[in-house]
Amino acid sequence: MRKRIISVFLAGLLACYALAVTGCGQKDGGKGSLTVFSYGEYMDPDVLEQFTEETGIEIKYEEALTPEEMYAKYKSGAIEYDLLCSTDYMLQKFINEGELQEIDIDTLENGGNIGDRYWELATAFDPENQYTVPFFWGTLGILYDTSRVKEPVDSWDVLFNGEYAGEIIMQNSMRDTYMAALKYLGYSLNTNDENEIREAQELLVEQKPDVQAYLVDEARDEVVAGNAVMAVVYSGEAYLGRQYNENLEYVVPKEGSNVWLDAWGVTKYCEDMEAAQQFLDFLCREDMARKNFEYIYYSTPNEAVIEALSEEERADETLVPPEEATENCEVCLQAEPEINDLMNELWKELKAD
Amino acid sequence: MKKTKTISRRTFLASPYIVWVIGFTVIPLGLIFKYALTSREGGFSLENISAIFDPIHMKAMLFSLEIAIGCTLLCILLSYPLVMALKHLNMGKQSFVMFIWILPMWMNFILRILAWQMILSNNGILNFILTKLGLEALPLANTGTAVMIGVVYDYLPYMVLPIFNAVAEIDEDIIEAAKDLGANGFTVFRRIIFPLSIPGLLSGIVMVFVPSMTSFVISDILGGGKLQLIGNVIEQEFTKSSNWNLGSGLSVSLMIFVLLSMAFTMKNDGEGKGSAIW
Repeated sequence: MRKRIISVFLAGLLACYALAVTGCGQKDGGKGSLTVFSYGEYMDPDVLEQFTEETGIEIKYEEALTPEEMYAKYKSGAIEYDLLCSTDYMLQKFINEGELQEIDIDTLENGGNIGDRYWELATAFDPENQYTVPFFWGTLGILYDTSRVKEPVDSWDVLFNGEYAGEIIMQNSMRDTYMAALKYLGYSLNTNDENEIREAQELLVEQKPDVQAYLVDEARDEVVAGNAVMAVVYSGEAYLGRQYNENLEYVVPKEGSNVWLDAWGVTKYCEDMEAAQQFLDFLCREDMARKNFEYIYYSTPNEAVIEALSEEERADETLVPPEEATENCEVCLQAEPEINDLMNELWKELKAD
Repeated sequence: MKKTKTISRRTFLASPYIVWVIGFTVIPLGLIFKYALTSREGGFSLENISAIFDPIHMKAMLFSLEIAIGCTLLCILLSYPLVMALKHLNMGKQSFVMFIWILPMWMNFILRILAWQMILSNNGILNFILTKLGLEALPLANTGTAVMIGVVYDYLPYMVLPIFNAVAEIDEDIIEAAKDLGANGFTVFRRIIFPLSIPGLLSGIVMVFVPSMTSFVISDILGGGKLQLIGNVIEQEFTKSSNWNLGSGLSVSLMIFVLLSMAFTMKNDGEGKGSAIW
């Protein structure tokens, strides 16, 4: 008796499990709804609401915190996302693995709002501009407290020369931290040369005692609060930091840096390309792009929005990085697997040191 | 016939827990073991398990051990005086103090750790008070000490509660008897209260040692990303390096290690009373 009940029970459990697995993967109806995958807090919720209001297409908004998390969630296959917004090197991975569908960019009515400069930037990971539509972009640089530095900062040198020992915050992110060291040494941030990476490692190990902390989101706040003199941060973060503390200044070091671009792609699971294109077009529309821009204040590739900014805002390099600032910058690309493993190993070594 | 009936009812009542255990313990554990025992290319491999002996991982493991043992000892040292003080209060006051003690646990723990970050940071509250008092500022931010403060703060209630429960159950007559026979306060503690509180102490140790050994959020926030616990390594393997196999392998090693150290603790228990948790 007992055995039988248990086995009935197990069978039921298996059935539940199977249902749960397939159930999530199912799309209800297909038409009339899009499952959208993006970063947390990356879009004004009003924009989604208005899209549904105007088109009748329901949006299911799913979030991830990092590109890696997004990749893992996507690959697990539990949810079939129709559209996703991710970062340059991760999009490259999605494209290479055949996860994205070609988009007919020319048919996007508002596609022209995205400036040529950004389509050009996107070719780093999407060479023919076939798969992705730029959404936000920015640079990585140094946010520093002008009241506590002797002279204006313009080089990565300040992070490595020991002058500001204990007052430096680095990014708690492997690629970003190696980027700073590689660029300082004059190498490409996408280098596949083991020796160059080891050289960067040496520099970072040497720098570690001078580093106050490796942080991600709090990096900006620590400089705002005066706990540190400088931090490596993204330009959007720098803009927000300067709203709280007017002594702060942001610079993209002259040796060059990372210029990042987040863009939208349509996944291979999407069956309603028309709706997906409608959504992308909607995001490029000036009023919606402005809403999103004002929601997080990362730089927008939407020139219609930029033109409508006040003169003061347009002159703000954290909002609209000028072409000169990004001259020596590179888009971060997917590293070769061996190089990636090496960097992971060295990063652990750096942290354990 | 009657017997079958009771069994089936019992089985019926137990069924939600069986689902729970299978769904949230057995299946996930199975998956972890599966990842741990396969290489990234797919074949069977013990490499991920033995990866714990890699010097970097070993260092992180030893640091975790240091934090976990230190945290457990500090929690024990902080718990007994509190419990002894509470013991002499009347019921109403006792529950009020306990209530205050548990109150912070109603708040999200990340929030509480972030609050500690603000207290300990260079220009933080602690250093503000110290400098106002004419004392030297303490450079605690992003150090091992800060991490230790964080874990002790966070897990202390888990030590206090079981010890308090065990001590509260001790019959007052036994203590009276000991006193009548001439035992002083310290002897009463050493010979009666402490031995009788051991079951509580042991579950306290389990509840403090294991989570402090495996934590990674506290060291990330209070250690400023400069200190690496084994939990941080595992987290990196899963979230950043996308090497789930290595991450699982290290988790399994950590689990084996925790099991061994717990078995060791419980074996020294002699009476075996506290092993209820096992």
